[in-house]
Amino acid sequence: MSDAPLAHLDDQVEELLRAIADLASLEELTNAEPTLVGKRSVLSSLQKSLGSLSPEERRDAGARLQEARRRVVEALEAQRRDLEARARVAELDADRLDLGDVVLDAVRVPLGAGHPGIVAITQYALEEVFVGMGFRVEDGPEVESDWYNFEALNMPPAHPARGMWDTFYLELGEPETVVLRTHTSPTQIHLMEKAVAEESLPLHAVMPGRCYRRDTPDARHLAAFHQIEGIVVDRGITFADLAGTIDTFTRAYFGPDIDSRLRPGYFPFTEPSAEFEITCTLCRGEGCRTCSQTGWIELGGCGMIDPAVFAAVGIDAEEWSGFAFGFGIDRCAQMRYQIADMRALIENDLRFVRQFS
Amino acid sequence: MRVPLKWLNEFVDLPASLDELIAVMDDLGLVVEGVERVGEGLGDVIVARVDEIHSIEGADRIRRVVVDAGEGPLEIVCGAMNFTVGDFVPLAPVGAVLPGGFEIARRTMRGVVSNGMLCSGRELGLSEDHGGLLILSPSSRPGEALLDNLGVEPDVVLDISIEGNRPDAWSLLGVARDLATRLRHPLRFPAVATPGESGETRESAHVEIEAPDLCGRFTLSLIRGVRVGPSPEQLARRLTLAGMRPISNVVDASNLVMLELGQPTHAYDADLVARRTLRARVARPGETLTTLDGVTRPLAQPGRGLGDSGDDLVIVDGDDVIHGLAGIMGGEIGEIRESTTEILLEAAFFDPMTIARASKRHGLRSEASHRFERGVDPELALFAAARFVHLLRESVPNLEWVNHPLDVRGEIPERSRVTLTDHDVERALGVALERSEVVRLLEGLNFTVRDEGDLDVVAPSARLDIRLGAAGRADVIEEVARLYSYTRLPRRTPSWPAPGGWSSTQRLRRRAREAVVTLGGHEVWTPTMIAESDAALTHPHARRVVVANPLSAEESVLRPSLLPGLLRVAARNAERGLGGALFVEMGVVFTHPDDAQVRRRDRGGAGGVLQVDLPVETEHLTVLGAREGDDAVIAVATVRTLLARLGLSGVAVESSEDAPAGWHPTRHARLIDSESGRELGRVGEVDPDLVRLIHPESRRLGLFTLDVPALHQLERDRRRDDRAIVPSRFPAAAMDFALVTPNEVGADELGRVLAQASPLVESVTLFDVYRGESLGADRRSLAFSVRFVSTERTLSDADLDTARRSLVEAAAARGATLRTVP
Repeated sequence: MSDAPLAHLDDQVEELLRAIADLASLEELTNAEPTLVGKRSVLSSLQKSLGSLSPEERRDAGARLQEARRRVVEALEAQRRDLEARARVAELDADRLDLGDVVLDAVRVPLGAGHPGIVAITQYALEEVFVGMGFRVEDGPEVESDWYNFEALNMPPAHPARGMWDTFYLELGEPETVVLRTHTSPTQIHLMEKAVAEESLPLHAVMPGRCYRRDTPDARHLAAFHQIEGIVVDRGITFADLAGTIDTFTRAYFGPDIDSRLRPGYFPFTEPSAEFEITCTLCRGEGCRTCSQTGWIELGGCGMIDPAVFAAVGIDAEEWSGFAFGFGIDRCAQMRYQIADMRALIENDLRFVRQFS
Repeated sequence: MRVPLKWLNEFVDLPASLDELIAVMDDLGLVVEGVERVGEGLGDVIVARVDEIHSIEGADRIRRVVVDAGEGPLEIVCGAMNFTVGDFVPLAPVGAVLPGGFEIARRTMRGVVSNGMLCSGRELGLSEDHGGLLILSPSSRPGEALLDNLGVEPDVVLDISIEGNRPDAWSLLGVARDLATRLRHPLRFPAVATPGESGETRESAHVEIEAPDLCGRFTLSLIRGVRVGPSPEQLARRLTLAGMRPISNVVDASNLVMLELGQPTHAYDADLVARRTLRARVARPGETLTTLDGVTRPLAQPGRGLGDSGDDLVIVDGDDVIHGLAGIMGGEIGEIRESTTEILLEAAFFDPMTIARASKRHGLRSEASHRFERGVDPELALFAAARFVHLLRESVPNLEWVNHPLDVRGEIPERSRVTLTDHDVERALGVALERSEVVRLLEGLNFTVRDEGDLDVVAPSARLDIRLGAAGRADVIEEVARLYSYTRLPRRTPSWPAPGGWSSTQRLRRRAREAVVTLGGHEVWTPTMIAESDAALTHPHARRVVVANPLSAEESVLRPSLLPGLLRVAARNAERGLGGALFVEMGVVFTHPDDAQVRRRDRGGAGGVLQVDLPVETEHLTVLGAREGDDAVIAVATVRTLLARLGLSGVAVESSEDAPAGWHPTRHARLIDSESGRELGRVGEVDPDLVRLIHPESRRLGLFTLDVPALHQLERDRRRDDRAIVPSRFPAAAMDFALVTPNEVGADELGRVLAQASPLVESVTLFDVYRGESLGADRRSLAFSVRFVSTERTLSDADLDTARRSLVEAAAARGATLRTVP
């Protein structure tokens, strides 16, 4: 045969595979690599020798050589993975520690002041005001079905108001049936459903929690944010109670010289609806850039619970009435600590974190 | 919506003070988000005639221009190229202050003194045009004030935000109606044309509605004698102020009517409409339409939106050729051309939901779709056509509106009718309003009100947002309250007998946070949505909860663990040279429904009729020790201290070989409630491979994670017996036990065995662990210090000896033998 250059290829490959199998450590492997598959390897010299063949022979021989190289490289990589795994097992074995045997008295735990998150302390301060006013603190899930996030809140499918919330949908079930909640309002629905089932009305609760909107983060918005929502369902509750509650809360949390006012707004789940504004905490109502010279800043939304919402949860709107309100916890933190850019909240830079206690 | 005040003033007298107007509008819920003053600061600008243009040596972007502004030749350096000798242009002389506060000074450029500035439309705040100077009419006079020349008066444009339940307010008329009612000023309607005496529309044009549920009304006017050209200056300027671009007198008139009245109309070149017939029908699968924006769109494709069947309402002509997507955008055919002489004007009512869905599905929003999806007044169509003709006559006085415009009706939502009692208002608002005031406010908004003891209220056709029954009553009361003013309504702080407070979970959460912070924890907040690759670090085989529409691939799955986020925080701080800390996060982690042990299922889907599987949410408290010297041992000590602080006794640290991905496989233990056997969390270190992957420094990172609901369960279990033990007054005796114990028996377990072996045991404390060759690799010596005490007497040697033997026997039952020192 004229394929002289590859006459011993099979034997040569077998020899290489044996050499690879004999490699006992990663170090050995690294050292041997050039002679096994690199420029100094048998395979490379065979490659060079193909030049003497006719084009047709060269093609066939080239293919054989390529296949041989593939086998060798594969074996080498397999050996490398094996050695790496063995090295890891050895490392981990040497590191082994029975954590049940830790003698507590012998451990010196470093001492140092810790720091709660700015959202948590703000949320707790808000909760404390509302608890003082007679509200229970409740919470609910972050992932909801479209029913709880939208429809029970009087936003049937394709309701234009759904567009008010830039919603993250999850790939579960039918399209657009499972969402990251866009507000804490679905928790209202859960609470009302529960109160109806347990016949435990009236209901006075606030619901803090994390919500999500598909909004590119900027100085004033984060895609994830925290809201606190309040709900009262009782007999004889009117818009006056809502306005009074907002006002009492505002003074208790922001200070006695901070006023509140309501102006008409729209939410599908309340009617009448209102936006509530408070005296600008920066200029105390004098007018500044933050409040666009109006002396007021918008804090949240509120309103009397819409009869359609009562109908969705099976509460008799003739007997019961109620109001709901909601606003941003992060926004309160931003105002209280005068943080220009909200993104500092998710940076988690230790220099930022260490300021809160 | 942009509202030019001079235009608004044609519909209603406005308060003299702008501040007062803004306050009133805000209070009406027509929130003013921006105030733009136009034409202001133009008082100094005058008209100049270009007399000479010279190039400047060495400069090809600027030229020396000699103008006459009424006081002889003036040299100006100018960068615009769009004018020639004899043109009239605006000149801001030296000392003039342009809009935006830019003061014109004498400048020298390339050795040439410039005595002012020639201005573009944008520089004057008059238009968006910045392609060159604003060229004025050839009949201008040099030196004349620019404002006189243009007939422009300074104006103010308010940018107002219209709420979703105010379909009627998407027009100047609607805004004016609110103001008129609040201010008690008369509302003025615009002048309109009446159809001419000649002809009969139905003899030359035809309209059909094939989908009466989607198209509630279709009116078609035939208008003859049209000459297409530019709009009169004043109309064009109004459009510009309102934020729309003037196109031609026909298109402009259509847009003006929409801005004034809220009714979108569409003008077709009658000669391009086959058989002069228009039909509203549902598009068929396979059909396409090339809209005016040049995009070819497949029609009748079911959308991704919930319950979106893909219904597209289209307008077709007599040959069934599609002319447009009804209420959203026209097609390329049928457009008004310069040669158009007869137009068919469509003014229709379309089902708001159909338009909303189609607009979302096609990603196509227009001023028209915006209004139709909110609900256009179904009774407005012919009034709008009449206004259109009136406006178009300003440029084409001899226009002919053929008699009896076509008017075909499909299904139109009925006007809501509700009964309103004085009590209803008081029950909702907490105050009894005068009935006459309620009637005045509602009538001002065009509600039909009959006082029959109770009020019988019928919503105006423009108010499709007003519902029926109790909901409708709430809608009407909101309108009363809004017009009356929320700020005039009373306030009362309610109270109730039930106390406020936290649930037991919330109290635990608060205490846990407090405790971990006391132990040095720094609380951080990491993203809920993380990259698939980060999720794979801790949960390589779990099903992902995938976000269908993530902002980026970096945030595309819900986190199955808090660890990746905490690691990244530690790494980022280390990279910034800020060192480490005990990082803490309390947050929810998510499990795919198919991986969940207990499914979470809730109602969902349109009407809430489906059962939807939801991810299971578990709150975790995860702590990452990234300080110098942190490791698994410190983590164990920290978590034990934390649990002790929370009063959760009896939690065993059980070394375990089944470390999850991301955890150090040989430095890992489960935290087990020794009574119930339930797992509360895990403790250990981060896998060294993972540390190398993410953290800039190779170091040990201690780690523990607690399952908050499991802690809560444990807390409830422990609370059942919270009797305090009063320590015995008799002396205690201490004794040490060094027990050679098989590796598989945990120190906690053996300690518990010892504690239970005799009633005299007061406490058991591990104080030393010894491993050595003499013991063999499979066992180690655990040294416990045990205190014995009796509540009844001082212990005798015999008591202690019995107790000691009991303990040794109990230990032996677990394979532990007393260590004998050779």
